[in-house]
Amino acid sequence: MHETQPGTRPGQERFVAPVDETPLREIDAVDIDAVPANQWKEAWKRLRVSILFWLSVVILGVIAAMIFFPTLFTDVKPTTVDLGKSFDPASDGHPFGYNQQGYDVWSRTVYGARASVAVGFFTTILTTILGVVTGAVAGYYGKFADTIISRLSDIFFSIPLLLACIVTVSVLNNRFPDRGFWLSVLVVVLALALFAWPQITRQMRGAVLETKNLEFVDAATAIGASRMKNLWRHIVPNALAPVIVTATISLGVFIVAETSLSFLGLGLPPSVASWGNDLSAAQSQVRSGQHLRVMYVPAAALALTVLGFILLGEAVREALDPKARKK
Amino acid sequence: MKGTEPLLKVENLSVGFTAGKQVLTAVDQANLTIYPGQTIAIVGESGSGKSTLAHAVIGLLPGTGRVLGGEIQFEGTDISRSSRSKILALRGSEIGLVPQDPMSNLNPLWKVGFQIKEALVANGVASGHAADKRVIELLEEAGLPDAERRARQYPHEFSGGMRQRALIAMGLAARPKLLIADEPTSALDVTVQKQILDHLDQLTDTLGVAVMLITHDLGLAAERADHLVVMYRGRIVESGPARDILQSPEHPYTKRLVSKAPSLASQRLSSVRARAEVREQAVQTAAEIAEEVAQSDAEFGEGRNDIIVAENLTKIFKLRGAKPWQKVDFAAVDDVSFSLRRGTTTAIVGESGSGKSTVARMVLDLLPPSSGRVLFDGRDVNELKSKSERLRLRRQMQPVFQNPYASLDPLYSIYQSIEEPLRTHDVGTKKERETRVRDLLDKVSLPTTVMSRYPGELSGGQRQRVAIARALALEPEVVICDEAVSALDVLVQAQILELLNDLQAELGLSYLFITHDLAVVRQIADNVIVMQDGKVVESAAVSEVFDNPQKDYTRKLLDAIPGASIELGA
Repeated sequence: MHETQPGTRPGQERFVAPVDETPLREIDAVDIDAVPANQWKEAWKRLRVSILFWLSVVILGVIAAMIFFPTLFTDVKPTTVDLGKSFDPASDGHPFGYNQQGYDVWSRTVYGARASVAVGFFTTILTTILGVVTGAVAGYYGKFADTIISRLSDIFFSIPLLLACIVTVSVLNNRFPDRGFWLSVLVVVLALALFAWPQITRQMRGAVLETKNLEFVDAATAIGASRMKNLWRHIVPNALAPVIVTATISLGVFIVAETSLSFLGLGLPPSVASWGNDLSAAQSQVRSGQHLRVMYVPAAALALTVLGFILLGEAVREALDPKARKK
Repeated sequence: MKGTEPLLKVENLSVGFTAGKQVLTAVDQANLTIYPGQTIAIVGESGSGKSTLAHAVIGLLPGTGRVLGGEIQFEGTDISRSSRSKILALRGSEIGLVPQDPMSNLNPLWKVGFQIKEALVANGVASGHAADKRVIELLEEAGLPDAERRARQYPHEFSGGMRQRALIAMGLAARPKLLIADEPTSALDVTVQKQILDHLDQLTDTLGVAVMLITHDLGLAAERADHLVVMYRGRIVESGPARDILQSPEHPYTKRLVSKAPSLASQRLSSVRARAEVREQAVQTAAEIAEEVAQSDAEFGEGRNDIIVAENLTKIFKLRGAKPWQKVDFAAVDDVSFSLRRGTTTAIVGESGSGKSTVARMVLDLLPPSSGRVLFDGRDVNELKSKSERLRLRRQMQPVFQNPYASLDPLYSIYQSIEEPLRTHDVGTKKERETRVRDLLDKVSLPTTVMSRYPGELSGGQRQRVAIARALALEPEVVICDEAVSALDVLVQAQILELLNDLQAELGLSYLFITHDLAVVRQIADNVIVMQDGKVVESAAVSEVFDNPQKDYTRKLLDAIPGASIELGA
């Protein structure tokens, strides 16, 4: 293979391209005109063109409007009750008629959004804080802290969420028999968060384990950054993306969990308008097969809300896709 | 075996990728010819289109890539517009491929032998027992000892070099007439690289297989091929006989490559002289600094001549043994001693697993040694108890790491990254810090416009500059470069080496330079420590090691520098 050729063969003569065809560039030149973009900005750019994202924004926008400005949707108070109108059909101002107790079905659904979403929202915040802190500590410090946190999360993970909540809520409900809106929400939030944090913990721990061995962490240590600073300034922000996706999706899951609890009569007290309570009240209609609209309306609201959060989570996941991020 | 008709003739070939409505041309009007049994090399930096050209030939263009124009004649017929089935028939049986990354190109779920058998069966070469037998022959041929047992193993049981051998066996399984080797050894240690290329040479020579070798290393290309094709920005800028091109390059890009590529530059006396000048100036500046340090109480250290002294450094890792409760001691670093003189560079050279990076981490105080100690300017690093003293040590000693993609926090802007050390040590006001960051960017020749950018938007070389700027922020005396240029293209590598040299001369820095590549050592280092399996094999001045190596292992490393045997023009 290495014998020198006597002369060169056709097609392999010495060739030099004209210089002006491919003028030399500076080695490793910096693109001066580029616009700065960090991970979050890039994610937002991708999010902005996502159909899923805008669909979820529309759905969740409507739900948000129901929560903050219910009067835009209905003039009827959810507390207005007229037993005489039990199961009355739709009429002017009452698009879906009345339920068994004589409440306006539409008004109950509109005002019910507040409690249902509040439970989902605050549970998500609480589990995320719990999960991020415990997961970060377990992943970063390892050893003893990791053993304790991981085994504890295993234990909590192995308890069925709903079953555990039923027990917790019923215990708490007995402690606070007379509770208003916020206290009722708080009880459900605490019960759900108590058993839902391990999922975030596990995810966070894995992400931190992966991130903590990257060279920029060593570089920060060599600069003299303390371990705490390193963890919160460098590792946690870089490990947060998957947690945000999970948290968004689990928001919908918690709303369903609250509804399930209320349906079983354990969630929010009947005095609080919530989709779970409405569905619970509509149970008898399922059996009789009559006046099913009483059930369909809150059920549809629930399904749409959960769909909205799942779509949002999906859109965020795509926007934060680690593969696309590396580029 | 050598025919007179070309085996492969590429004429005016253009290849483009569609991005949205735009067509980006990756290869522009390329012409090249390969004769049967001949080895040619395509040389270029990343993004030059060399891999795209090769992939077009074998019909494996990724994603939206397609041939825009021109012809690819294989044995006289144009295959650029052939149907899928025709190309499929050609692949493997007529044109073989050895891919770039041996780590990801074998399916981890299947035994190696099975994967080679697959290639045999797919090309209708053999089947059943005959194929099993053939697999073992092929593996033996590719230079794998104990082939019968190896064929039954999974890829994870193979080292990188062994995997590459398996891939070569696979590429040659159906006895193709042309073998495309796409950077076949860039992920491997230099000595393994040499072994594999030697073997590939020998094998293709006996079998009469033509080879299209894709590489970024001009020295390697010239050593292995008799015809060279140099690509730059999608175009072939120069081609012709290898020796001609190396001795009298004509296109400015080729000239640049010939003068800068470390494997070639390391042979030149001019680079030795240039280094001597740098050292002289650096030692002088460093001596002035040392005097100041010795007189001042505020400074950390005593102003000694040897700024770092490592004494009998040993690091023992406990590995899992055969049984769950067993632990096996593994000495990653075994009794390593050296000293680093102020204003000079000591290089630690070794292959992967030699313990060189572990030494760097121990010197940096990122990893406690199992025994032995590190003295920084006369003070034992391990005996620094107070936090403030440790912080002062950190200020004097900064690292630049290997992976330009991981050494900067992706969420920090370039400004934040460089400012971080200043902020951590409470240096100056916000305004002063900003001025300092601007100065530092200027020192590493980056425009200040990059301050608001993020690491993801910069190239590998630019990120490495940022990492150097960050390392210099606290005005350290010692910079520890752990494979700081290994992941970069040759020209960028040369540029960063130059930058490091300039900075050393200007600031009187002392470098501990960890590398697997002896070729770069001559341009940056004054002393070399050669490590193997955690032990120091040889330790001497650079010129001594290059001109008169004492140990076999050192000689082996020197031999493995590609292009070392080539005579160069001025």
